[in-house]
Amino acid sequence: MARISGVDLPKNKRGVIGLTYIYGMGKSTAAKVLSQAGVIQDKKVSDWTDEEINNIRKAILENIKTEGELRSEYQLNIKRLMDIGCYRGIRHRVGLPLRGQKTKNNARTRKGRKKTVANKKKATK
Amino acid sequence: MARSLKKGPYIHYKLYKKVLANSEASKKNVIKTWSRASMISPDFVGQTIAVHNGKQFIPVYVTENMVGHKLGEFSPTRTFRGHSGSKNKGKK
Repeated sequence: MARISGVDLPKNKRGVIGLTYIYGMGKSTAAKVLSQAGVIQDKKVSDWTDEEINNIRKAILENIKTEGELRSEYQLNIKRLMDIGCYRGIRHRVGLPLRGQKTKNNARTRKGRKKTVANKKKATK
Repeated sequence: MARSLKKGPYIHYKLYKKVLANSEASKKNVIKTWSRASMISPDFVGQTIAVHNGKQFIPVYVTENMVGHKLGEFSPTRTFRGHSGSKNKGKK
């Protein structure tokens, strides 16, 4: 069982795919990390030796932000926008889309699930 | 689409002149401007700039974090206080 940056990796997957279970790691970063650590991409996670795992850990530590560190950076970026009170920060606060999308309909990703308004008048014909 | 580096950031020249004069004299006069598209450069830090939002001037105290944003971002042009009936919503 390989445990890298606080995440248990799935045993029976290829190395590149297994690494993508880490937050902040997609296929291309995973490939880069593996090539830097000198591990063949197709090698299963369960077949990694301890030395290889250590190399991968080191490659990740040196080059990229993952998991908690990345999440906190992300939150800090949002917090900065909110603190300086710019338009995007205000939109973050209110929970509406930031980039000028329409909010008459849709925008459900930001607004969350539909809240039905009681007794909303229907248009009568 | 980012602006060409050759040109540098857009700052209205009159506004920039006023800001420089203000900081040179180390005064804290409020500068009124309509130029919402001007970028906030490091010279602006510590100044108060009143940015027009189409109706009135909103005073913006520029801090270090704001450098690189446009003035207009800090002076909202729309007021929406929430729909009628919805409680504790829509505070800006």
